[in-house]
Amino acid sequence: MSIAAVRPDLPLANVNPVAKVAATVPLSIVLVLTLDAVSATVAILCEIVLFTAIGLGPLLWSPRTLPVWIAAPLTGISMVLYGAPSGAVLWEFGIVHVTEGSVQIGIATTARVIAIALPAVVLFLTIDPTDLADGLAQTLRLPARFVLGALAALRLVGSSIDDWRTLSLARRARGIADHGAVRRGLGQAFAMLVLAIRRGSTLATAMEARGFGAPGERTWARTAHFGRAEWVVVAVGCLVAAASATAAIATGSWNVIWS
Amino acid sequence: MPTRDASSPRPASVTARGWGWRHGGRREPAVRDLDLQIRPGERVLLLGASGSGKSTLLHGLAGVLGGDDDGEAIGELLVDGRPASLSRGRSGLVLQDPDAQVVMARLGDDVAFGLENLGVAREQIWPRVTRALDAVGLDLPLDHATAQLSGGQRQRLALAGVLAMRPGIILLDEPTANLDPDGVREVRDAVARVVDETGATLVVIEHRVSTWLPVVDRVVVLGAAGGLLADGRPRDVVASRSGELRAAGVWLPGEVPWRAPRPEAAAGHPLLTAAGLDVARIPGSPLLRGADLRVDAGSILAITGPNGVGKSTLALTIAGLLRAEGGRLEPSAALADGLRGAPWRWRSRDLLTRIGTVFQSPEHQFLTGSVRAELEVGPRALRLGAVERTARVDELLAALRLERLAEANPFTLSGGEKRRLSVAGAIATRPRMLVLDEPTFGQDASTWRELARLIVGLRDEGIGVVAVTHDDVFVDAVADRRLEIGARRVAPAEHGDRR
Repeated sequence: MSIAAVRPDLPLANVNPVAKVAATVPLSIVLVLTLDAVSATVAILCEIVLFTAIGLGPLLWSPRTLPVWIAAPLTGISMVLYGAPSGAVLWEFGIVHVTEGSVQIGIATTARVIAIALPAVVLFLTIDPTDLADGLAQTLRLPARFVLGALAALRLVGSSIDDWRTLSLARRARGIADHGAVRRGLGQAFAMLVLAIRRGSTLATAMEARGFGAPGERTWARTAHFGRAEWVVVAVGCLVAAASATAAIATGSWNVIWS
Repeated sequence: MPTRDASSPRPASVTARGWGWRHGGRREPAVRDLDLQIRPGERVLLLGASGSGKSTLLHGLAGVLGGDDDGEAIGELLVDGRPASLSRGRSGLVLQDPDAQVVMARLGDDVAFGLENLGVAREQIWPRVTRALDAVGLDLPLDHATAQLSGGQRQRLALAGVLAMRPGIILLDEPTANLDPDGVREVRDAVARVVDETGATLVVIEHRVSTWLPVVDRVVVLGAAGGLLADGRPRDVVASRSGELRAAGVWLPGEVPWRAPRPEAAAGHPLLTAAGLDVARIPGSPLLRGADLRVDAGSILAITGPNGVGKSTLALTIAGLLRAEGGRLEPSAALADGLRGAPWRWRSRDLLTRIGTVFQSPEHQFLTGSVRAELEVGPRALRLGAVERTARVDELLAALRLERLAEANPFTLSGGEKRRLSVAGAIATRPRMLVLDEPTFGQDASTWRELARLIVGLRDEGIGVVAVTHDDVFVDAVADRRLEIGARRVAPAEHGDRR
């Protein structure tokens, strides 16, 4: 099994991954600067409209984004229960103070987590790890050894998942799977690590035998373009960030965290 | 001699003069006092007992043994008259494990990887990639996912990867040990074609001599104590040195290391019956449907069939480790011993005295830091008393010749020792049935013989044995019955009127 596979027919699959990552940065900065519901809600609406328009709607509503929809309200609820109290107290129980202020913060936090995580997850699902490595090494000029080493390691994650399954079965076969799940889990994690290191060192030998890390200039079989499509993607990311900041300032809800 | 491609590299020569290598942290050198000349274009089969340093020599020739931190070299090892460690790119190395040498996610990218590292210009890379893939007969799109390749295809991909680099010498370290018989032929034929076309020098390590005899023109046997044991034309070496080769664990052509005597008694009572069993590794995606089989006490059932057909999954299901997706799996009263339902409903501890499982790779089932502790895992889980526990473990250590290794760490054992230990761990709790996944896979002839004897011994004690295997010799010389899967994968709608 492999996690290093992306369907090449997805929209944006051919865009340099560096552009896709860069596009999410401005919005993240805006949403970190302010803690209000308006900015994040505007951002979410923009994201839904944009992703639907370019054909990523199915991915947006697929189970792959489910963790975002679950985690965001959970973060929000904890802010509601334990956030800095302000305004009228709605409910109190022990250290729990639900106030008007903490409810607002909770809603703003929920929206914020969705607004930042949703594009990250959706865009990442369109990124092929090989393309990302090409982008990081060729567009951003990160060291090839590091980038390709990480890429090769990523391919081993699939093997480690298989290892984990087999290790679980082997523990059942050896009669120790009835009790002590936590301790067994730790031992199993260690065993998985040992196997991963062994496989990794074989892979390293195979890579070295094929000239990896040899002195001299390395060439690239694939080109990482950074052209018009990439700039458009980055520009759209900036526009979404600008729209959400403008809306927050215009409605007077802009609320810089440290003020 | 066939005409060579104009772009073919010059074949490389090899010279070893008093060469040796000691791995860092080891007291004894892995190779010592080696004097060897290989002329350009020679095709050499390299043999020797395990521990004679065959792999070390090959890694040395590939220049991947590392520097002074990794070990210590003695004497000279030259490729084309230059130190082997400096001539990377002149040699191409293919390793044993098909899973551990795929670098990239896409077929074409993987072949291109070596060329990129050598700094070949982009416009030359792709034609060379295509030509290398043609040469090994991998007729697939360049963006084909490497994760979806079979073992034989992966090994041919690794070969294409080194071939594209146009090495003067091709080095193969047991390239077919992990493959099913079709995969073995695929890879061997691809190698033969490639060396014919390029004229490159070839050095291959493999225990099963018959696979490579048609391809090589020289056999070199390394001695366990250093130096060469034999060197010459394949037929001569095999004929004149058969005793030494056999002692070194080499499989001589047409030989069966050991043949099981027919069982003394007829097969005993049935232990487990499967009817229309659908099995899945991951719940919800069945690999194999409608399997029927019966396991009898005192009989060895071999399950055979091509790679990827679901044999191992079937074995793990009848061993009570995976839940079946459909069909029936019924233990007899003798096996269930008071428990009800299918084996996958039983507790982990209850499996110990009923069904033992030996996994394909022994590392997956090791749990402790010493051989003795490893054998005590099961008896401890059964809460046997210390006296009984020690008695059982001592008996197993002696029976499987693991006594002198009792305190060793299981991970540091040799391949054959690991395999014996994993079987010993499973039988320490005296299960009535034993399921083995590829017990003899990739083993040299000595280990093979030991394992075959051990398994037949268990059969004669009345244990019902199931072995998933690609090994035709095992099926022929050891198994009592054979279940071949693959040809008839039954669709769900056809349930009920099979057989």
